[in-house]
Amino acid sequence: MPPRMLPEPTPETRHFWDGCKEGELRLQRCTSCHDSYFPPRPFCPKCGSRDVEVYKASGEAILWSYVINQRPRPDMGTEPYAIAVVKLAEGPTMMTNIVDCPQTPEALQLDMPLKVSFAKQTDDITLPLFAPAEG
Amino acid sequence: MSWKQKSVAVVGAAETTKMGKIPEVSVIGLHADAALNAMADAGLKPSDIDGVATAGISPVELAHYLGIKPTYADGTSVGGCSFMLHVRHAAAAINAGLANTILITHGESGRSRVGAGGWPRSPASLQGQFEMPYGPVGPPSMFTVPVLRYLKTYGLKPEDMAPVAVIQREWAAKNPRASYKDPLTVDDVMNADMIAWPFTKLMCCLVTDGGGALILTSAERAKDFPQKPVYVLGAGESVETPMVSQMYDFTSSTAFKVSGKKAFETAGIGHADVDHLMIYDAFAHLPLYGLEDLGFCKPGEAAAFVRERNTAPGGSLPLNTNGGGLSYMHSGMYGMYALQESVRQMRGIAPAQVEGAKISVCHGVGGMFAASGTIIFSNEAP
Repeated sequence: MPPRMLPEPTPETRHFWDGCKEGELRLQRCTSCHDSYFPPRPFCPKCGSRDVEVYKASGEAILWSYVINQRPRPDMGTEPYAIAVVKLAEGPTMMTNIVDCPQTPEALQLDMPLKVSFAKQTDDITLPLFAPAEG
Repeated sequence: MSWKQKSVAVVGAAETTKMGKIPEVSVIGLHADAALNAMADAGLKPSDIDGVATAGISPVELAHYLGIKPTYADGTSVGGCSFMLHVRHAAAAINAGLANTILITHGESGRSRVGAGGWPRSPASLQGQFEMPYGPVGPPSMFTVPVLRYLKTYGLKPEDMAPVAVIQREWAAKNPRASYKDPLTVDDVMNADMIAWPFTKLMCCLVTDGGGALILTSAERAKDFPQKPVYVLGAGESVETPMVSQMYDFTSSTAFKVSGKKAFETAGIGHADVDHLMIYDAFAHLPLYGLEDLGFCKPGEAAAFVRERNTAPGGSLPLNTNGGGLSYMHSGMYGMYALQESVRQMRGIAPAQVEGAKISVCHGVGGMFAASGTIIFSNEAP
């Protein structure tokens, strides 16, 4: 299996990937309008302010939408997998994979509660995946 | 502001000589074949063209290949609706005196991949960092991602998308150039190979080779050309997001809404005035989003509207009358073929001609809900 396609962090996104490596889901929010946003950028996409801060998000989310890809990309193995979008408790949506859960329509119910689960890929890159929330 | 005082018209329109599987022609060759066919249609030579627009290849490649020395070049490339944006920009450019006669081309070796480029996406881009690591494999597993949220919001099921494919096959059956013409049932659609649940193969567009070209000039000059002029009444465009996961609303395309509203405003028409409609259908959910976001249906009501045969042959709002990307052809950037069908309908020469049609709305999507363009055509001078 070829190595998994991985992100190449840029200066504007480095805090996010460093956070994943340290087991924290880091979001940004505007200190003027308090809007949380994703993906990372050094200004608020809602009001344009550069006064933004990085903070540790709760890691809680719900399953927002997905497809189950039946033709796996070679670096993703041989079994069908869900390409999912979760809605974070803080508001933004994020693409991810759902782990510790059968990749079936029956098991993957929209709005089910999820919790971030970090998956180390290399010394530099850890991906934020999501698993069904406990009880 | 209405465009009625400053209209431009399509005076040349053609597709490639062949369609479907064309392994003997490269990408730029498909552009040129379509361009030469459109010039023949308009009675023009390359030296008569003073403006060029294209996507996929650069307008520099296009102009030099055809020996055109233009005063206007547009390389707007926002996916399959780029050609709608080219038409809109050409209309503004002609009115501003930037050029008189503008050629817009498309050519894509989607199936045979002769001289076709790749789809580079840097792992440092936002999509490369925040979407690609999770396993998407091109449009079938990305463009489709929002639809479960749409279905749940409106209490619909995957099979509610199937009539889109069934009814477009009915239109395709009337079109000799369509790739697929055999009748389909909802069961056929639902039982086809699963590509990315809930999308089966018959809910996904074809992968073919082909091209098309348009030539526009001022409405005033248009009367001197051999073909019946097709006037641009109004137009809109917008862009939304390079990442489908970051759409503003998974149940609706903001780009569709912005583009459609602008097109209707500039054309000065209402929905009841529309005789014919094209909505770019790379996948079966797109006509549903399009019918709602353009304002033909209320949110959540498009599936029933299609199921009740309003968009079918004999219905009140003929939609995707060439068979669409699902049954006619889809080279990758299908917007050009939607525009060609609108022009045929306005000229009165479409294989599945809508009798007496005077106004056609042609709506495109680019990327995966990334962009949108809408052109409103009429065969009556504004």
